[in-house]
Amino acid sequence: MELLKKYPKLFQWFFLLIVFFALCFAIDVPETYKFIRVQAEFIKDPNQSTYTLFGKEVRYYAFDVLWRLPPLLGWLPIWVNDSLFFLLNEWMPMEFWNEDLQEYKTRPLVLQITRNITALMTFLIELIREILLGGVKTVVAFTSWDWIDKNPWAEMPGLPWTIVAAGAVILGYKLSGKGLAIFAGLVMVYISVFGQWKPSMQTLSFILVAAPLSFIFGLTLGVMAYKSKRVEKALYPILLTMQTMPQYAVLVPAMVLFGIGDHAAVIITMVVAIPPMILLTLLGLRAVSPEVIEAGKMSGCNNWQLMTKVLIPTARRDILIGVNQVIMVCFSMAVIAAFIGAKGLGWNLLLALNQLNIGLALEAGLCISMIAILLDKMSLAWANKQEDYFGNLTFFQRYKNTLFFAVAVLIGIILSYVGSFYLKDGYNYLYEVPHNKGISTAAFWNKGVDWIWDTFFQTLKIFNTWLITEVLQPMRALYLRMPAVATVVLVVGAGYIIGGIRSALVTAGLVLFIALSPWWDRALVTTYMATFGVIASCTIGLTVGTLCQQNKYTTKFMLAVCDIFQTFPSFVYLIPVMMLFGVTDTSVLIAVIVYATIPATRYTIEGLRSVPAGLHDAASMSGVTKFQRLINIEFPIAFPHMMLGVNQTIVFALFMVIIGAFIGTEDLGQYILKALSDKAGGGKGLILGICVAFIALIFDNLIRTWVQKRKKHLGID
Amino acid sequence: MAGAVIKCDSVYKIFGANAKKMLQEANGNVDAKTFQKMGCIVGVNNASFEVSKGEMLVVMGLSGSGKSTLLRCISRLTDATDGKIYIEGQDLLSLKNKELIELRRNKMGMVFQSFALLPHKTVLENIAFPLQIKGIKTEDSISKAVDMVKLVGLEGRENYFPRELSGGQQQRVGIARSLAVEPDIWFLDEPFSALDPLIRKEMQDEFLRLQEKLKKTIMFITHDFDEALKLADRIAIMKDGIIEQLDTPAKIVLNPATEYVKKFTEEVPREKVLKIEDVMEKPNIENLSDLKVLKDEIIENVAEKILTQEKSVAVTDVNNKIVGTVHPSKIIHTVFGGRKNNS
Repeated sequence: MELLKKYPKLFQWFFLLIVFFALCFAIDVPETYKFIRVQAEFIKDPNQSTYTLFGKEVRYYAFDVLWRLPPLLGWLPIWVNDSLFFLLNEWMPMEFWNEDLQEYKTRPLVLQITRNITALMTFLIELIREILLGGVKTVVAFTSWDWIDKNPWAEMPGLPWTIVAAGAVILGYKLSGKGLAIFAGLVMVYISVFGQWKPSMQTLSFILVAAPLSFIFGLTLGVMAYKSKRVEKALYPILLTMQTMPQYAVLVPAMVLFGIGDHAAVIITMVVAIPPMILLTLLGLRAVSPEVIEAGKMSGCNNWQLMTKVLIPTARRDILIGVNQVIMVCFSMAVIAAFIGAKGLGWNLLLALNQLNIGLALEAGLCISMIAILLDKMSLAWANKQEDYFGNLTFFQRYKNTLFFAVAVLIGIILSYVGSFYLKDGYNYLYEVPHNKGISTAAFWNKGVDWIWDTFFQTLKIFNTWLITEVLQPMRALYLRMPAVATVVLVVGAGYIIGGIRSALVTAGLVLFIALSPWWDRALVTTYMATFGVIASCTIGLTVGTLCQQNKYTTKFMLAVCDIFQTFPSFVYLIPVMMLFGVTDTSVLIAVIVYATIPATRYTIEGLRSVPAGLHDAASMSGVTKFQRLINIEFPIAFPHMMLGVNQTIVFALFMVIIGAFIGTEDLGQYILKALSDKAGGGKGLILGICVAFIALIFDNLIRTWVQKRKKHLGID
Repeated sequence: MAGAVIKCDSVYKIFGANAKKMLQEANGNVDAKTFQKMGCIVGVNNASFEVSKGEMLVVMGLSGSGKSTLLRCISRLTDATDGKIYIEGQDLLSLKNKELIELRRNKMGMVFQSFALLPHKTVLENIAFPLQIKGIKTEDSISKAVDMVKLVGLEGRENYFPRELSGGQQQRVGIARSLAVEPDIWFLDEPFSALDPLIRKEMQDEFLRLQEKLKKTIMFITHDFDEALKLADRIAIMKDGIIEQLDTPAKIVLNPATEYVKKFTEEVPREKVLKIEDVMEKPNIENLSDLKVLKDEIIENVAEKILTQEKSVAVTDVNNKIVGTVHPSKIIHTVFGGRKNNS
């Protein structure tokens, strides 16, 4: 009783668990219940019940309401899909001038708008792509195909790879110095020598459109949200959902609106990349001290000057993290967007993975990662650049970079011209090393994989079987055994204990949405996989983070490792695990664990680092040992920050679980993947995505509320 | 006063949802407590005063007394809830945004407690910032900034970033920035409060040297009464948004208007603050000692000489004309009398 008085919450948790387990045992598994392995939507089963709402027929397997709630929201995906269709094809037909036919044609407004956006995006991508690779489409955009046929000389000449490489080196030198220049050079030479030039440039052209556009839109919207409370309030829930929505899920509705191809990929990338940019811009602007703003005003800034010269530069640090995020997302999407026809490295990567050609996939993955790291470093260096007012520079010094580039262009052109004479019969390697004609290490890697399989087959297989039969299957069965009502009670109860009525209502709304959708079972499977991943990641992250934090150098090293790992597009993680474990659930889970360990480690280190030095000294003077200090001082204080890390870990884990659908899982992700190839998949993909986002948001809400209370309690902020 | 550069006429600043309406209903009689019950916080309560050209008015008050709010009303960083503010005869509150910006670009400079330097700009760029905002060419603004760097003695650190400077140096940059456009009116919001005591004294002396040279019209905010005494031509003491007393340092020390003001003055070493002219009596030619003292002397500096005399001492102005007398006992009374444990 004493204990209960001291910790009233403990009693509440205890009570909640008793209720939960009581419900679990009281509600029996219905005899007719089995985990449905095929898509119920596609097969008419006489055992299914139906209901009709808003003219939509929804089929489902009826169970006791306590066991599984009926899919009352089953009409939603169909309705969303129909609405999209209506918007696109029937709503607001208007007269539009058709350039090709030279007459006015009637077209629905939304269709016209999306077609215009499509045209613009396609033009931008083609422009950059043809500067890098050459082609005729840009010229066509200003003239016509007929004109091109008559004038065969009219073609954008692509830049020889030597010039692009030299440009990258000079840019790297100008921005940051020798280090970056050398790195840029290495990356470019690697890409070229390994025959990845063309797909790399295709990916690059896609990113050079998507990233700046995302940056501009994100910054603008962030500034608008900063200026107006109303905009912020309207944006916030969308941002929150978008941040936790798996990137796959956005593909489907975007495909409905914009079709497939590079332009659709750019739009989807923007949809995914803009929210973090907005949030970080807002965060940065909020953190600018009021005195700095006043100083700007007293210097006579008008609103525009105040924003561009005072606020945004002062908030630079956070905005830069935003840029960084945008670049990461762009590369991550460069792969995922290949599902809807974006060309480039991502496409090659997917193809190679599909053929289980691990070596080829590895090469493409390495290329993407290296370009990602390069662009990331360049954007950072650019933002940190400083101008020198005192240098009394000569003309040559002032323009040396431009001059060098001009010289490089000249040499590059001459080289490729000379090359065209000497390498007549084969390929002009001095102009462009064609795909698959460079050095390829794929064979080597594939042999390596074979060797691993030959040598460790037994060990891996035993481990794999053990994990699946002893750990994963029982865990999955446990999750599926939970009656819907018990789960809802557990989640809402947790919400109430942690955050009171408000949190309880929010979590209730989120969990009921999932429970009433037709995919509750799938959501449980997703949750089980994510849970496994999160537990493993947190254990590893916490241990590694704590150990590394004991020493200044290991801390720095670990943070750098986290930085680099974070730059890898999420899809790349699938490559090595498929090398080792083949196409199994284990592969997905290992990828999840590796991917989700990054935030767990980072936040642990950051949390422990944020413990004030004064407290360290105070503890040392009380004569604690290192271990006691860790347990009694550092962990309790760092815990709130570490919990935010857990939050991130959950989001990361869910992302990876969904991406794991590519390998073959049975959860929500698989359904999203299926919706991609489904004609009426738009609504389904969206609702499935929202389901995943809501799983993340339930944890997000609980953890954030708890962290806030805890921080207030500890007096840190 | 005709030459008033800053003129405030019953200025109110009240924070809260329907402050304006409540102020009208209160009819000028604002009581902080009743307002607080209604969810409003009184920042400035009926402030009226003038600052004339070249004068330094120091506004002194503890935290939450509304001194910074008053300054922000006059620089119009916040809009006053009610009242009139005139800058060189112009009605500040009626200015349009463009005119206000113009005014700030040419007439006003401000120094902040936490320096408020732009972290992404070097010393030189920070100082040149207001000039560049005005649209002056980079070359000209940089060369002007170089002059300002010399003025505040930061030569050799032009290309440092604020984070690489000490607090005192950062505030020198802040001062240089606020002076770069050569403003007539200079606002300083607790400029030295964030500095160490020794640096603070150094900066105060530096500041006095600058003002000697530049003769700006100054509003200086501080919570440090000693600083106020050292710098001010006149001091306004604020409490709960009300100006309790506005007068010269000597008069405040000698005649504190309220109990609150008295609390500050009690501990002040008067001999260091007061001048002879503050304590002298009407000229009485008879019975004078041979010693003569200037009326501008601080008491501390001449006390020893005066106290060796038995008769009254003649006080003269710069032209050696006798303008008053002071008796040694008056000095003793000024320095030691009227204190808590003596009375």
